[in-house]
Amino acid sequence: MGGIENLFHGFQIAITPFNLFIAVIGITLGTIIGVLPGLGGANGVAILLPLTFTMPPTSAIILLTSLYWGALFGGAITSVLFNIPGEPWSVATTFDGYPLARQGQGGQALTAAFTSSFIGALFSIVLITFFAPLLAEIALRFGPPEFFAIQLLTFSSFIGLGGGDPLKSLVSIVLGFILAAVGLDIVTGQLRMTFGFVDLMKGFDFIVAVIGLFGIGEILLSVEEGLSFKGTVTGMNLRVVLDTWKILPRYARTFVRGAFIGFWMGFKPGGATPASFMSYAFAKRFSKHPERFGKGELEGVVAPETAAHAAGVAAMLPMITLGIPGSPTAAVMLGGLIIWGLQPGPLLFTEKPDFVWGLIASMYTGNFIGVLMVLAFVPFFAAILKIPFAILTPLIVVVCAIGSYAVHNSMIDIWYMLIFGVIGYVFKKLDYPLAPLVLALVLGDLAENALRQSLIMSQGSLAIFVSRPIAGVITAVAIFFFVLPVLTPWWRRMRGTAVPSARPS
Amino acid sequence: MRAADLATASILILLGGVVVLDSMRIGIGWGTDGPRSGFFPFWLGVILILAAATIAVQAWRRAIDKPFVTRERLSPVLKVLWPATVMVILITPLGLYVASAIYLAFYMRWVGRHSWLAVALCAIGVPLLTFVVFELWFLVPMPKGPLEAWLGY
Repeated sequence: MGGIENLFHGFQIAITPFNLFIAVIGITLGTIIGVLPGLGGANGVAILLPLTFTMPPTSAIILLTSLYWGALFGGAITSVLFNIPGEPWSVATTFDGYPLARQGQGGQALTAAFTSSFIGALFSIVLITFFAPLLAEIALRFGPPEFFAIQLLTFSSFIGLGGGDPLKSLVSIVLGFILAAVGLDIVTGQLRMTFGFVDLMKGFDFIVAVIGLFGIGEILLSVEEGLSFKGTVTGMNLRVVLDTWKILPRYARTFVRGAFIGFWMGFKPGGATPASFMSYAFAKRFSKHPERFGKGELEGVVAPETAAHAAGVAAMLPMITLGIPGSPTAAVMLGGLIIWGLQPGPLLFTEKPDFVWGLIASMYTGNFIGVLMVLAFVPFFAAILKIPFAILTPLIVVVCAIGSYAVHNSMIDIWYMLIFGVIGYVFKKLDYPLAPLVLALVLGDLAENALRQSLIMSQGSLAIFVSRPIAGVITAVAIFFFVLPVLTPWWRRMRGTAVPSARPS
Repeated sequence: MRAADLATASILILLGGVVVLDSMRIGIGWGTDGPRSGFFPFWLGVILILAAATIAVQAWRRAIDKPFVTRERLSPVLKVLWPATVMVILITPLGLYVASAIYLAFYMRWVGRHSWLAVALCAIGVPLLTFVVFELWFLVPMPKGPLEAWLGY
């Protein structure tokens, strides 16, 4: 296989001065976005998406992915220094990161966090480099039934592995699909659920939904909880970094375990958060000093960060090979691909090799530049949180409004953004997960078309999803995940362990 | 919390009902060349109603309850929401840049009690910066009003 050759070619694209410059800009903005409350990877990418319309697609995707790496790094800064997880998968990092910072070892904790992030990401990128072309080749043989089965698997894993209330996950998914169906039905040309309103004909854009649900919703949630940044001082210098690097090889096993858990959980949707918790739990179980965890054990920072970053990168694998995003951020990037005129899916590898391999190579360069930049500029990024929240809050609202408007140059989108913001706030409080809603909104048309085409192929029989070998296996796994929440309590009762497990949410 | 859960579930059931009715109007069965337009949304609506109804029953049975939001914690949320709504209303007549300047200034002064100097710097600086980035560098047009027209944009 010409994998290495392709990758080398990709590096030639990623290492041009312009693309490196783009990567630096992306990482800087991404880290700022990751540090700010209310702005995460997904809506940061969504807000910046309109700025990429005029760029070449490869530079555009490098900007957005770099932003994503930056946001992943930035989440670690707030977790360690301020005990505020910027993203759900940074929650486990606060357990030991913040105590370390309180003990004056914030520099050590941050170095460990960034280094583990980098190693976790690198592990996933190497796997993507080798697996992505293979997976794309297999996916080329997929027909509509296989694609629908994969969609089913995508959403079933939210229900079976998401960790929240399975019914509420189901509601989120269905709601996303319903919102996606609003407007013109491209197959029959009929209007659906528009009720005579012209504005509803265009349907709902998921980018606006992302900005509202995650951006405005998050800001409402954080003002309700009362923004207070009781920061700790960072003692970050080259000496601390080098000293920490000397200790880190001790945790080699934790790195490997975390990276595997992260990759395995990550290419399935919603995997980063459970991966980080699982990696933390494993590290604690196998540690010689489990009692030190939660009080400031460096290994407790290494484990979740490695897994979270490995999972975050792995989420890109199904996006570039199958055209099915593994996370809301990947979903926004997928939307970007369509806007730039690229057809996401397995054909990308044969039709746009420059784009795919440039993207994969930029994952290496982006993460490498990223880890160096965050190590060097931590005090600068941490200082962003010193901006008073009475400036930060309206600023974020304004930026969100600009981003929503820019998608289609339409005023109604700003109103949708506000409404989605309130929905996001209420849903978050009631534990309805938001990621499945966004993914369903993105994939709605694709899933519906795959379902319809499959049914046309089979003359309306659902048996087509189990009779074809590949589709059958995927459907079986999907059904298993769907019934998992029903099976688990029953299984526990059978074994006589009545103790409900503390599930990571 | 229970009341909020019940209310949300009820709204979702209603929404599901609307979806089911609209889908039945356009046809949920088999057309001449495949499933008709209402087929997919119809089943989504059915699932939504069933799931939301189960959530409502579970919420109804739940004994332990904590309030969804207390009055004093709701107040900062509303303080963000209603000025933001006013800003969105103002965008149509005044343009986005002026509306966001007013919003920034108002919020900073009212909630943050910042000095007039800081308020002026931010309220003018931020829209100016976004104008340069979006209109001039990346050529992404924003809604503009009389001020921009007067300045020749």
